[in-house]
Amino acid sequence: MKNVLNRVVPEGFTPFQGANALITSKQHKKLDPIVSTNTSKAVDSISRLFDLIPIKDSMTLSFHHHLRNGDHVLNMVIAEIKKRGLKNMVLAPTAIFPVHEPLVELIKNGQVTSIVTNYINGPVADTISIGHLSDMLIMDTHGGRPRAIESGELIIDVAFIATPTSDSMGNGNGIEGISACGTLGYTMSDLLYAKHRVVITDHLVDHVKKVDIDGKYVDYVIQVDRIGDPSGIVSGTTKPTRDPIQLKIARDTIKLIDELGFIKNGMSFQTGAGGTSLAVALDLKHKMMERNIKGSFASGGITGFLVDMLESHLFENLYDVQCFDLDAVKSYQNNPKHIAMSASTYGNPMDDPIVNKLDVVILGATEIDLDFNVNVTTDSSGYLIGGSGGHSDTAFGAKLTIITTNLTKSRTSMVKDHVTTITTPGESVDCLVTERGIVINPRRTDLLQQLKHSKLNIVTMTDLYQKAISMTGIPKPIKLSERAVGVVRYRDGSIIDTIFQVGGKTS
Amino acid sequence: MRRSLLFIPANTPAMMQNADVFEADAVIFDLEDAVQMTEKDAAVDLFTQFLNQFKLNNIEIVVRINGLDTPFGESDLNRIVSDQIDTIMLPKATVQSTALCEGLIRKIEKRKKMQKQIHIIPIIERAVSVIESYEIASFERVDGLLLGAEDLATDLEVERTEQGFEILFARSMVIMAAKANGIDAIDTPYTSTTNLKGLEMDSVLAKSLGMNAKSCIHPNQIDTVNHVFSPSLDAIRHAKRILEAESEATKSHLGAFSVDGKMIDKPIIERARKVIEKAKLWKIE
Amino acid sequence: MRTASCGTMESNDCLITVKTHNRLEIVIESIVFEQFGDQIEAVIKQTLALLNIKSLFVHVKDKGALDYAIKARLMTAIQRLEENHA
Repeated sequence: MKNVLNRVVPEGFTPFQGANALITSKQHKKLDPIVSTNTSKAVDSISRLFDLIPIKDSMTLSFHHHLRNGDHVLNMVIAEIKKRGLKNMVLAPTAIFPVHEPLVELIKNGQVTSIVTNYINGPVADTISIGHLSDMLIMDTHGGRPRAIESGELIIDVAFIATPTSDSMGNGNGIEGISACGTLGYTMSDLLYAKHRVVITDHLVDHVKKVDIDGKYVDYVIQVDRIGDPSGIVSGTTKPTRDPIQLKIARDTIKLIDELGFIKNGMSFQTGAGGTSLAVALDLKHKMMERNIKGSFASGGITGFLVDMLESHLFENLYDVQCFDLDAVKSYQNNPKHIAMSASTYGNPMDDPIVNKLDVVILGATEIDLDFNVNVTTDSSGYLIGGSGGHSDTAFGAKLTIITTNLTKSRTSMVKDHVTTITTPGESVDCLVTERGIVINPRRTDLLQQLKHSKLNIVTMTDLYQKAISMTGIPKPIKLSERAVGVVRYRDGSIIDTIFQVGGKTS
Repeated sequence: MRRSLLFIPANTPAMMQNADVFEADAVIFDLEDAVQMTEKDAAVDLFTQFLNQFKLNNIEIVVRINGLDTPFGESDLNRIVSDQIDTIMLPKATVQSTALCEGLIRKIEKRKKMQKQIHIIPIIERAVSVIESYEIASFERVDGLLLGAEDLATDLEVERTEQGFEILFARSMVIMAAKANGIDAIDTPYTSTTNLKGLEMDSVLAKSLGMNAKSCIHPNQIDTVNHVFSPSLDAIRHAKRILEAESEATKSHLGAFSVDGKMIDKPIIERARKVIEKAKLWKIE
Repeated sequence: MRTASCGTMESNDCLITVKTHNRLEIVIESIVFEQFGDQIEAVIKQTLALLNIKSLFVHVKDKGALDYAIKARLMTAIQRLEENHA
């Protein structure tokens, strides 16, 4: 079966019909949150918990990724699954990182047969790309996952909620304790709707300073030595790039935003935590300070740079779905203008999420094609290297969606005639900024009109593609296997593309 | 006419391929200081093959060859002087080496039956070159002088400073020599690649003395240099008004005329024309 | 055994090593082997034909070098090989 973007959709799945199609037409049934009836919540160990529930074959276990590459919780649960010889488990962590390498073994031996996640890279990603996962990988978006959970499409048997500080009733937060990670936005839907909610903490206290995890939904509380490694938790922010190409792209991005009139009082803005994004944020900061501009909010994953902008009064508020570094954690703890949001508030298409209020979002891409479809899920060889995260959500909601990328990197063009995997549909993408030119989506006749007399180097996607090919030569297409290893589930629940096994490798 | 010239090491494919991305008016492919002795052969081969594959539009292609007093200099000229480049940059230039360079270039142009005439930018980076700068600037093929203050400071046995008093005389000599011969006076590069405020101040100082361009050692410097050495929008508007007033005056057969209460005479008209020429060339308005 | 090499392992470059050999043998390792392996081999063969070289061992370690860089590095390596001998 093919969807409207002419991509294969496996049997039994709903094909993508356009970014708006199901959001406007679909009836969104919402389950009721489940309040816990448990009064005695303390459980000695994860092992004891497995006995208590009991956790059986084929159950779906969920996790959040606020501990990022310092997470121990998923690995502790994996160790328990391994010990007990459980089979056909479905894991639903919101993201998977290199630290989760122990999962590789359980995938290869069939103990874990399906995974639902929003972002994946590292050894687990490679293992799945090579074809070891018996059942499907489902890649959601940050906004689509809450939708799936609250509608009952994704049923979670046990939600493991790593909580840096908790009391004995499960009231907790991420700001105190040795494994402090800041906000806990990605776990909220699991907390409300999973059948069994388990708080795992390494810092049990009598009284918590702030209640971000509401104990009334929590069924069990387990105390362990360490839920994570701090150096891996708060290391999400890089430094602004020094690469001259990236800097040029960042400068041109700001020039574009400026020319389109988006740098003004009340503006809202989101960008990522990578080197180029930070360079853009810095440039924006200077411009806003020069012109005495106060924006309404910056959102998404929060870095020290955005905190700095908040403290310089360049934004009224920060809306935080995750903290990338210690500065962000501290700011959330101390500054009432730094506001936490759940993944649902952030991007759930069935609500009126924050992404719909965004003016400008700046995103990356591994590939972009002549129709502006963007790939952030696989690389050009077909290997899983990421996933939407909030990409499709913000691209949909923002008034101006800008993709920044090099045109070519080491003989590989980022502009393709067809991307290997579609993560975000072209209709959500407005502009592409590369070192060799800026492209405006022809659908945006309004932007093209505004830029008619611009001195910016505005070209067509075909121009860029031709330029890239003239430099690199025409690449031989990568042969992927015909076996589907997973699907890219768009935020409305439809399937926008299929992920295929990479060809030729066997181990 | 240039405002910015970006140095790019000639033995690094990654940088050469991006030469035309940064909006410098000219790119200087450096076969000299940026290339180790043992790699001089590789650099020339790479550069010549690069020119065969890449057509760099709208940008002046300058090549800094090795000195003509080295084993590589003359062979560099023989290999790279062609219709594919525009200008040779001659390190540690003296009257003698500039004469030699020009002679060699003419011979090669004839031998290769070239369509183009290649220009020369001698680098003034020795005390003797500063003294000789007027004569160096007068050679036919020379269309710019570049001040090389770092090497010059070594020759003078002085420290380079932020304010640059130690190179004031050299800057002024290069400027006089260049302007007396109607060619570009190109300032020495600013050595910090991160201090953009310092770069701006140094560029503004150089411009105020009479430099009309500056060489850059990092792409991040180009926007600032282009900005400083471009006529401002105000200057362009004013120049337009002067030329309009001139054309009105000519129509009405008026000899002298004024704009904003100032008498406008020939040098001012010439300056105005130059400003408009630059504005057009660099697409500023 | 006469051997010479040229190039680097930087992005967009390649390191080419050549050795005297009794036939033509080309070994290519590349980060874009699947997409451009054939093209890299073609450029090497064309360059050798241009230089009228029928036997040589060529080892390419490629980090995404474009055609001109492959050609240049090969030419310099061969030149160096000849100079070693002279």
